[in-house]
Amino acid sequence: MRRNLRLLRVAWLLNVKQLTRSSFDGFLAIAWPLFFATVAFFMFREGGDPQALVYASLGAAVMGIWTATSVSAGSALHRERWFGTLELLVAAPAHFSLVLLPLAFATSAIGIYCMATTLLWGRFAFGINVPLEHPLFMAAAIPATVLSIGALGFLMAVAFARYRTAWALGSLTEYPIWLICGFLVPLTLLPTWVHPISWALAPTWGMRAIRESSTGGTPLPDIGMCVLLGGIYIAIGVFVTESVLRAARRSASLSLT
Amino acid sequence: MTYRALFSWLTPQIYIPSLLMAPIFQILLFAYIGRSAGLESDEFYVIGNALQYAAIPCLFAMTQMIGGERYQNTLSAILVSPARRIPLFFGRAIPVVANGAFVSAFSLAVGSLILDVDIPLSAVPALAFIIVVAAFSCTGLGLINAAISLRVRENAVLSNVIFGFLLIFTGANVPLSELPNWMATLSGALPFTHAIKAAREVADGASFASVSVLVGTEALIGLCYAAIGYALLRFMEVQSRRYASLERS
Repeated sequence: MRRNLRLLRVAWLLNVKQLTRSSFDGFLAIAWPLFFATVAFFMFREGGDPQALVYASLGAAVMGIWTATSVSAGSALHRERWFGTLELLVAAPAHFSLVLLPLAFATSAIGIYCMATTLLWGRFAFGINVPLEHPLFMAAAIPATVLSIGALGFLMAVAFARYRTAWALGSLTEYPIWLICGFLVPLTLLPTWVHPISWALAPTWGMRAIRESSTGGTPLPDIGMCVLLGGIYIAIGVFVTESVLRAARRSASLSLT
Repeated sequence: MTYRALFSWLTPQIYIPSLLMAPIFQILLFAYIGRSAGLESDEFYVIGNALQYAAIPCLFAMTQMIGGERYQNTLSAILVSPARRIPLFFGRAIPVVANGAFVSAFSLAVGSLILDVDIPLSAVPALAFIIVVAAFSCTGLGLINAAISLRVRENAVLSNVIFGFLLIFTGANVPLSELPNWMATLSGALPFTHAIKAAREVADGASFASVSVLVGTEALIGLCYAAIGYALLRFMEVQSRRYASLERS
């Protein structure tokens, strides 16, 4: 157990260091959602409702976490394949999930930069004052959201393992998750058939938890749902990892060459 | 041939998610934000985003067409050849314009169908022409981007950043009247701004003649960017010979 925790810690730190030094995964992951946040701020400011601006500011902040995760985590396996380290990692005595999971968490941790930058951008460029009604709940809601988004990234990473162009699939999930998880648009505006999909996605609950912690409400059930779904994603991800690796070993197709 | 060889996004595994599906989701995202904020009609966002999304194929393809030569180690062979530079560089831009226009037209058609936006059939020929002009205009900017990619390693980051600026400044989602003055002024010199305005007017029933000034301005902006891009490419070529930076990757 201690070994596994140490592996998770060291691998997470290594991946965070690598990601922060990459202009694509570091700088662009922060800048990209800022462009969309800026457009959203202009749009909601035109609407003239100050509450809507707070709503948009919090949503745009969480958008950044997903942006940082979607492309990087989606293409994580392909990146290792490109580096020539995938076979070594798979052959290592540690379970492959323990290698991949910290990578996914590292990508979502980069999202904390995006979140802070977007909130500061909203504050100083658009004068949006985000309230903080429940600071303690907020302190729990942010890590819960980051971890659950990381867990979703982990699930995507293993699900896209057999695709050479996994980055394109990861990138494709960016707008839909922004939309159906209620980051900028209330779920009530979306068609009813979308709602069950939204409820099955941890970012929906993370977003709600952060909003309720900020503006007042009962964020605890949302935090609970967020953590629960994150745990389910990890369990499914570990199972899928086993299946994917077994199939890859059987057909000698891990390198996809 | 160069286009097929160097623009790696033409494979269906990338083309479909990145150039056919992603613009539809971008349209839906902004249309729903517009509904949520109680702003413009769906038509406003469908047209704005469908045209603006041509920036992705135009910027990325143009960069890959020039900068990609460096990664394939073929750039030096091309630049030492006696081939005339204008057909060499501008010839590569033609399929980029065609693909950019196709992506825009597809996004406009599918976005309109999904959001039930009614565009009169009589407006289609004018819209098609405006889309081609918009794609041409952005390809001119793409040529500048391509020239810069001869010196900047992270051209994917640069292309995304330019796309982000175009998203904010061109009036695709925010009416120019709502932007600060300096931004609205700057938007007049960017690709898409005039084309988007012209396309919206045509979709609302205006004749092509009434938007011809806007379309002409858009084409002129494209020509200016193409000329600057060509000059910058030649400059980078000279610089790379002088400082032996051609193969720096």
